[in-house]
Amino acid sequence: MNHIAIKMLMGDRGKYLGIVMGLTFASLIMTQQPAIFLGLMARSYSFISDVGLPDIWVMDSKVQFVDDIKPLQDTELYRVRGISGVEWAMPMYKGLLKARLADGTFQTCNVVGLDDATLIGGPPVMLEGAVEDLRRSDGVIVDIDGAQDKLGKPSPTPGGKRIALRIGDSLELNDHRAIVVGIAKVTRTFQSQPVVYTTYSRAKSYAPKERKLLSFVLVKAKPGQDLSELARRIRATTGLAAYTREEFMSLTYEYFMHNTGIPINFGISVLLGFIVGAAIAGQTFYNSTLENLRQFGVLKAMGTSNWILLRMILLQAVLVGTIGYGLGVGLTAVFGYSMRHSILAFKFTWQLLLFSGAGISLICIFAALLSIIKVIRLEPAIVFKG
Amino acid sequence: MNPSSLAVRCQNVVKIYDTGDQKVTALNGVNLEIALGELMMLVGPSGCGKTTLISVIAGILDQDAGYCEVFGEDLLNMSNQHKLNFRALNIGFVFQAFNLLPSLNAAENVSIPLIINGIKRADAERKAVAMLERVGLGARVTALPAELSGGQQQRVAIARALVHSPRLIVCDEPTSSLDHETGRTVMTLLKEVALHNDRALVIVTHDARIFEFADRIAEMDDGHIVEVKGTKG
Repeated sequence: MNHIAIKMLMGDRGKYLGIVMGLTFASLIMTQQPAIFLGLMARSYSFISDVGLPDIWVMDSKVQFVDDIKPLQDTELYRVRGISGVEWAMPMYKGLLKARLADGTFQTCNVVGLDDATLIGGPPVMLEGAVEDLRRSDGVIVDIDGAQDKLGKPSPTPGGKRIALRIGDSLELNDHRAIVVGIAKVTRTFQSQPVVYTTYSRAKSYAPKERKLLSFVLVKAKPGQDLSELARRIRATTGLAAYTREEFMSLTYEYFMHNTGIPINFGISVLLGFIVGAAIAGQTFYNSTLENLRQFGVLKAMGTSNWILLRMILLQAVLVGTIGYGLGVGLTAVFGYSMRHSILAFKFTWQLLLFSGAGISLICIFAALLSIIKVIRLEPAIVFKG
Repeated sequence: MNPSSLAVRCQNVVKIYDTGDQKVTALNGVNLEIALGELMMLVGPSGCGKTTLISVIAGILDQDAGYCEVFGEDLLNMSNQHKLNFRALNIGFVFQAFNLLPSLNAAENVSIPLIINGIKRADAERKAVAMLERVGLGARVTALPAELSGGQQQRVAIARALVHSPRLIVCDEPTSSLDHETGRTVMTLLKEVALHNDRALVIVTHDARIFEFADRIAEMDDGHIVEVKGTKG
């Protein structure tokens, strides 16, 4: 009876396409919106994941997320270095400074100061130049997106595309001259501000004069150390906060989850996608069953059992669900691929496939259940009614 | 009549529809016997209970009281599964509105009763094509119902009703949607193909033009059989 079920489903092309399109729309929204959400949330901790070497991040105990900088005294660095189990500890400056551009405008930049000697915490991928070039006089490394866009030089033609910063170009950071010595690829941050890397001592000279300028102490554990235990020891000894990389990413992620409207906004989009998809697909599927009710009645009169009719409806639901889900997920993948070079945040994980799959299954089960109840309650004697 | 020669035996069959605010008595003590090899027509005004009676006889509606036996089997006391199997094997249906599945072609429509009886699709469609050839539609086996005339659709419906060789064929106004000539052709076909000594045909009709095809005509009124008369002298 399976082929009869499929032909009954596809017999009315308009309705069939309506059901598939409703499910495609729902699947697209339920996959694409969470993918953007996950991409956005991943950006909240991208700076931490980009800094690969350290095992533990040490900071002021009141820090709530990675951009919530509460500077420490430089002496804290030496206290951390003195704790057993620490292989090395390096300073890092992170702060927002204004850059004066060639056209006289200002652009806020995320300035990262790395330990002068080791340059630990540098950019993950160098596109031009080398991290060691930071040791050159006034040297800074600029991220490629910032260099091409927000820090770029004005176009000679009005309204034209900005001219990207190149090695050798200069800019002013808080009235201090800085020379571009490298271009790096970094993961976009949440605010999408340009990232400028320099040495720790130079960063301190760029920053407004304050008593405390040390943002983080980056710690590498000795081989065989239990990282959680070492972080606990650092906290107990210094009174500072110490997190493993994963803990710090989680702290940042949780902060954005609980203190911004992002999850609720995306949650509403996903819910709307689910509701609209369920309404369109569910109702069209149910209407299609209602229109086929006499046909189901004929099959029932001829001796088809309720169990077989139930299987026929489930097959129809699985078929439209699979096609709609596949199209929605496929469109999401195409969307993500076409936006891969844009500013849009997008993170497509296998968990999202399960999530939207579960959503589409719910819609299909809901639609099929309504139809099944109708068909099972159907009196076969309907076939003789005019 | 000898019970073994009976296809249908109804005794004091009562059916009352409860519409909520009122009860409508559709069958009010119907007594009817249909013999094997017989073509029985049920006639009478609209609402007299003809359709309800063939629904009970065909096993798609349960009576509220009385006894209805088809080929010696009491339909009311059958289990649901037994009744489904009984209908699938023994009953063929022809409807006024044809009730063909619009998205299936003629051969696929005709093959449905065979598939319900567990015959594989390819074999069922082969038999369906053979049956369509018997009813003169061998050239239209792949046509969809919408591509067929009313008469052709009714012939497909007849082929569907007969393809699994049921012993009782129940027809509801089989000619009312057809012109006179096509109606006569359909009746001739039904009588030729459907009627054998081990089968019976029950036809509900208003169409006096086809009364001549009946062996007996049962006239109903107000839920009763008021008269049964033979047509062959």
